[in-house]
Amino acid sequence: MFKKYLFLLCFFLLMRCASKEEEIYTPISYTLEVPQLFADKLIAPVIPANNPLTEEGIALGKKLFFDKILSGDETQSCASCHNPQNAFAENQQFSNGIDDKLGFRNAMPLFNLAWNFDELFNWDGKEFSLEKQAFEPVSNPIEMHANWKDVERRLQNHPEYPTLFLQAFGNLEIDSVAVTKALAQFERTIISGNSKFDQYLRGETTLTPQEQNGFNIFMDEAKGDCFHCHGSNNNPLWTDNQFHNNGLDSSFSDVGLGAVTGDPADHGKFKSPSIRNLAFTAPYMHDGRFTTLEEVINHYSEGLQPSSTIDPLMKKVNEGGVQLSDEEKADLKAFLLSLSDFDFINNSALQE
Amino acid sequence: MKKIISTFLILLVFSSCDEKTDCCVNFEPVKVTFKFTQNWDGIPVTSSDFNNFKFTTQNGETVSIEKLRYVLSTFSVGSVIKNYHLINIGENTGSELTFEEIPQGSNFLQFTFGFTDANNIDGVYQDLNSVSFNVPGMLGGGYHYMQFDGKYKDTNNADANFNYHAIRAVNRTDPANLIFQDTSFEVDMGTFDLKNDTTIEIKMNIAEWFKNPNSWNLNELNTVLMPNFEAQKMMSDNGKSVFSVGVVTP
Repeated sequence: MFKKYLFLLCFFLLMRCASKEEEIYTPISYTLEVPQLFADKLIAPVIPANNPLTEEGIALGKKLFFDKILSGDETQSCASCHNPQNAFAENQQFSNGIDDKLGFRNAMPLFNLAWNFDELFNWDGKEFSLEKQAFEPVSNPIEMHANWKDVERRLQNHPEYPTLFLQAFGNLEIDSVAVTKALAQFERTIISGNSKFDQYLRGETTLTPQEQNGFNIFMDEAKGDCFHCHGSNNNPLWTDNQFHNNGLDSSFSDVGLGAVTGDPADHGKFKSPSIRNLAFTAPYMHDGRFTTLEEVINHYSEGLQPSSTIDPLMKKVNEGGVQLSDEEKADLKAFLLSLSDFDFINNSALQE
Repeated sequence: MKKIISTFLILLVFSSCDEKTDCCVNFEPVKVTFKFTQNWDGIPVTSSDFNNFKFTTQNGETVSIEKLRYVLSTFSVGSVIKNYHLINIGENTGSELTFEEIPQGSNFLQFTFGFTDANNIDGVYQDLNSVSFNVPGMLGGGYHYMQFDGKYKDTNNADANFNYHAIRAVNRTDPANLIFQDTSFEVDMGTFDLKNDTTIEIKMNIAEWFKNPNSWNLNELNTVLMPNFEAQKMMSDNGKSVFSVGVVTP
């Protein structure tokens, strides 16, 4: 009799274990949609082994990106300063945080981040990896100014998030690490690779004579010499993702990379932004000092300021720059605008 | 009969063992690691020496190095070849290159600085595209051989920029009819008798780029050297005395 009960008890325990196993949700693996030019020309994007892309993780990251729940008073989301319509940048020089405090750098556009091979993010390269980068704006007192513990608690008490985290990561308890992992997964899917110039490289359209001449100026070491820092037809990221002093100032109120490395040789160095989507990302430079593309081009043409750390690639510093004619400037601008990706800013998969 | 067969089999086993001993000892492969170092006329140069005016060219200009990366291709140890290898001093990458399976014995070491025309194919090397090592199509495309950037003190003792970028030489006198000259060059490092795992130092004397046979005047040749046909040929000539073998261990 006892043996019978023992057998039944074991049977029920086993059944309970089996049903528990069935409850464990396995997220669906997601393959990044890599533009053909990227696949042809570049090495593989960076996707950490401890944060593989899944449909659930990306969906959760997207929901979090647009949710004001991450900010201290629940009035701002990531998208407040990284608007899809502006190629995930902001059309103001500096961003207002929740306490109405102004930042001191222009919000960077977000796209093609999985191809930042060195994984150094922000204008000054302060953050290593997308996952780590996402921690900072949430708690930064001049940005979203939240306490991570409060954010975790809010998410835990939310009617939907616990299930979404469970499905994405198997976490019953929501923590900041899982939040940033989800955000990073979504950010890796923010891809821009279908501008007019991309279509031209794929043989689907032609450039106007002005755009073609502008491209030649961009690529000519004796003219614009932009390609050394900003990529080329063979590097469709249109950035080297490196740090340069591009001659904005002779002395620095913001030393950029220098503050991160502690090396005076890095003073005044900031990340080269991609020149994709400039039509949507004004104002320009790390401090948003230029409101138009004309101002940017004028800077390189005749506005360079010498300093001990100015990049050697800045030509003719003593003359102020590369001295482009008005026609060359207009052509260069036409080429730059051909890198505008309207499909990207209108992609509903990347909108709220 | 059984004895005969047993004896035959024993002989067969032993004779095959003998053969095995003879044939396989000489084919035990070794690992060869190449270690790339840089110096300025014997003074070691690493990334920690960058951004300092601490070197002087033969022509008398004081130089600060800010970026130095170069590619070696068709890197051959005997019959084993690696297609290309990028060395970036500033980022401390590519400073070693390892060949895992080199046959023991006499092996000839050889590489090409840059890419020969046959291998200088526009846009095909994804890792080099990813680090923006390309040459514009208007100069024939393909890849840089070397990007060497820095500053020098000009005749007024002011900082001035230089971009010593080596590529395949191109004469653009007629943009519609470009004339190319392959300015990559082969470097023969000699023959090495490899019996054990070995590390071979390949030294680059950076000062030689400014020295031999052309004494380089940075006040005249500093930037926009990529489209400069004569400057590219001079770089190629000077490069031929840049590389040498250093320490070989064991």
